[in-house]
Amino acid sequence: MSLPEPLAEDIRAAMDSFGGARPAMLESLRLIQHAEGWVSDARLAEVAELLGVTPAELDNLATFYSMIFRRPVGETVILLCDGASCWLNGADAVRDAVMARLGIGFGETTGDGKYTLINCACLGGCDHAPAAAVGRDRRLVGPLAPEDLAPLLEAAP
Amino acid sequence: MSETPMTGRARPDRTPHSLAEWRAEAGYEAVERALKLTPAQVLDRVDQANLNGRGGAGFPAAQKWKFMADPAEAPGTGPNYLIVNGDEMEPGAFKDRFLLEALPHQVIEGAIITAYATHATVAYVLIRDEYRPGIAAMKRAIAEAEAAGLLGRDILGSGFSLTMKVKPSAGRYIVGEETALIESLEGKRAVPRKRPPFPAQSGLFGRPTTVNNVETISLVPHILANGPQWFRALSRTEEGGTKLYAVSGRVNKPGLIEAPMGTTARELIERSGGLSGNGKLRCFQPGGGASGFLEEAELDLPLDFGHCKTAGSMFGTGTMIVLDQTACPIGVLARHQRFYARESCGWCTPCRDGLPWVARILDALEEGTAEPGDLEILRMTAAEAGPRGRSFCDLMGGAMAPLATGLARFGDLFEAHLDGGCPIRRGVL
Ligand SMILES: Cc1cc2nc3c(=O)[nH]c(=O)nc-3n(C[C@H](O)[C@H](O)[C@H](O)COP(=O)(O)O)c2cc1C
Ligand code: SF4
Ligand code: FES
Repeated sequence: MSLPEPLAEDIRAAMDSFGGARPAMLESLRLIQHAEGWVSDARLAEVAELLGVTPAELDNLATFYSMIFRRPVGETVILLCDGASCWLNGADAVRDAVMARLGIGFGETTGDGKYTLINCACLGGCDHAPAAAVGRDRRLVGPLAPEDLAPLLEAAP
Repeated sequence: MSETPMTGRARPDRTPHSLAEWRAEAGYEAVERALKLTPAQVLDRVDQANLNGRGGAGFPAAQKWKFMADPAEAPGTGPNYLIVNGDEMEPGAFKDRFLLEALPHQVIEGAIITAYATHATVAYVLIRDEYRPGIAAMKRAIAEAEAAGLLGRDILGSGFSLTMKVKPSAGRYIVGEETALIESLEGKRAVPRKRPPFPAQSGLFGRPTTVNNVETISLVPHILANGPQWFRALSRTEEGGTKLYAVSGRVNKPGLIEAPMGTTARELIERSGGLSGNGKLRCFQPGGGASGFLEEAELDLPLDFGHCKTAGSMFGTGTMIVLDQTACPIGVLARHQRFYARESCGWCTPCRDGLPWVARILDALEEGTAEPGDLEILRMTAAEAGPRGRSFCDLMGGAMAPLATGLARFGDLFEAHLDGGCPIRRGVL
C-alpha cells in the first residue's frame, strides 16, 4: 500500500503552509489519523519518506502528542472527561456504567471493534458536565447520566 | 455601547457570523480605525486600556508588545510572528472554545490589530484538537476575510500585510505554555524553552514572536473601536475591560458570564443558578485547576489578577470551580494532580517525579490507604517544589498552588482522610 494521492497532496500543502517538512510533521500525522483513525507503522514510514525525515523523528512526535494514536482504534472513539468539574457532577458513575456496558477499561477497544474508550483531560465542556467527546468529529456530549448512555454510544462515528 | 462587548453579538447556538453578517454588526470597523493609526499609536491605546493577558499570567498585553522589534532590526531574516493561543486545557476552562466557535471574525480582527502593533506579518492560531467546531469556524472565517482583502496583502489599502493560519494541536496541556507552543509549531516535542531569551526577542524560528490568549485577542478590537477610557470604565477595578468568566462544578447552571473585571464570586455563583449539592459553599478555585482555594470569606473579593493574588490565590483563566459542602476538595485535588502528572513534559525532576508521587498519595487518601507520613510528603513537595523557579516552567508551580492552599485551609480534612478514606463520602463529616 502506498500513501493515497489526496493525502499526499494535503501533506504537501501542509509543508507549504507551515514552513517546511518539520513544522508539517504533526499535521501530517493528524491528516493520516483523520482518514484512517490511527497511524500505522506503514503509514508512518510513508509519511516520513514524503517529508524527507526519518521514521524515528516522526514517531518521536507521535509518541509525545497524546491524541495521535499509534494503535488501531474502534469505529467510534469515546474520550471521557476525567476532569474535576465532571467528577463533581457524577462522572465516576458514568465511567463505571460505560465500562460495564462495553466490558472494557480505559485504553481498550471492544471485541467487535466498535468502540474505544479513552480517558481525557477537561474537554472545555464543563458546562455540560459530565461530558465526553465522541467520534471522528469529537462531538461534545453531556451532561451524561449513567442510566442513559445513548448519547455516548449512538453518536455517529 | 454594550456592557458585554465581547460576547454580545454571539448567537445562542454558537453559529458563527458570515463575513457579511459580521460587517453588518460593525465588524472590521476597529481594524479600519487601527490601520489609519501608526503601530505605536495602536500600542499606546492598548497600553492606556490596561488590558491584562487572559491566558493565565495576567501580564499586561501592551508591555509584552513593546518588546517586539521592527523585523528589519532583529537579527537574522524572516517575519515577526503572532501566535494566538487556543490550546485551552486548564481544568475548568471553557471560554476560548466559545470565542473560537461563535466569534471567529472577532479573533481575526484582534489578530490583525495585534499583528499591526507588533510588526508581525504571519499569525498562527493554535487550537486544541478536540475543538473541531472552533477549528472549522476559524478556517472558514479566515478564508472569507482573505477573499475580501481583510487578510493577505495590503489590507484595506494600508500597506500592511498579514497571513493567518490555523494550526490544530494534538493533545498535551504543556503545548499551551508559550515556549513549548513555539517548539510545537517548529515540529518538535512540546518541551518549554529556557528564558531568556523571551519569545519577543527570539521566538518562532528564532524570530520576534508575541503569544497571546484567544480572549486577550478578542478584547483588542473593542479598545480600538471605543477607546481606552471606555475600556477601563468597563471594569470595576484597575484592570481594564470585561472578563469572560466561567463557573462550573457544584452550581445549578454552569456556564459562561461576561461581566466587568472585578465581579465577585458571590455574584457569579448567583448568576449560575446558585450552589447545587447541599447549597452551602465549601470553597472555590477562582481561575482553573492551578489556582489556590478560596472560601466563604472571599465571596465578595473582586475577582481580578491583583485581588486574587493578594488573597493568596491566582486569577489564572478566570474560570471558577465551585465546591459545596458535600464535595471534597481532596477529591478535586486528586483529579487535578493526576492530570498535571500525566501532562508533565518530563523535562525536570520535581515535576516529572514529584507529581505522580503527589497524585498517588491523594488517591491513597481518598481510598483510605494513606499513612500519616504521607501528609508530610505532600507538605514538603508543595513547599519545596512549588515556588516559582524550582522547576523549568510554571506547570509544577501551578499544580502545587491548590495543594499548598488546600493543605493550609483544610488540614483537618486531610487528617480525617487518614482514618479510613474520604469522610465526606463515608458520610461521617
Ligand atoms: C503549563 C501551562 C499551560 C498553559 N496553557 C495555556 C493555554 O492553553 N492557553 C493560553 O492562552 N495560555 C496558556 N498558558 C500561558 C501561556 O504560557 C502564555 O502566558 C499566554 O498564552 C500568554 O497570553 P496572554 O498574555 O494573552 O495571557 C499556559 C502556561 C503554562 C505554564
Ligand atoms: S515543570 Fe513539568 S512541564 Fe514544565 S518543564 Fe518541568 S517537567 Fe516539563
Ligand atoms: S472537567 Fe470535564 S469538561 Fe471540563
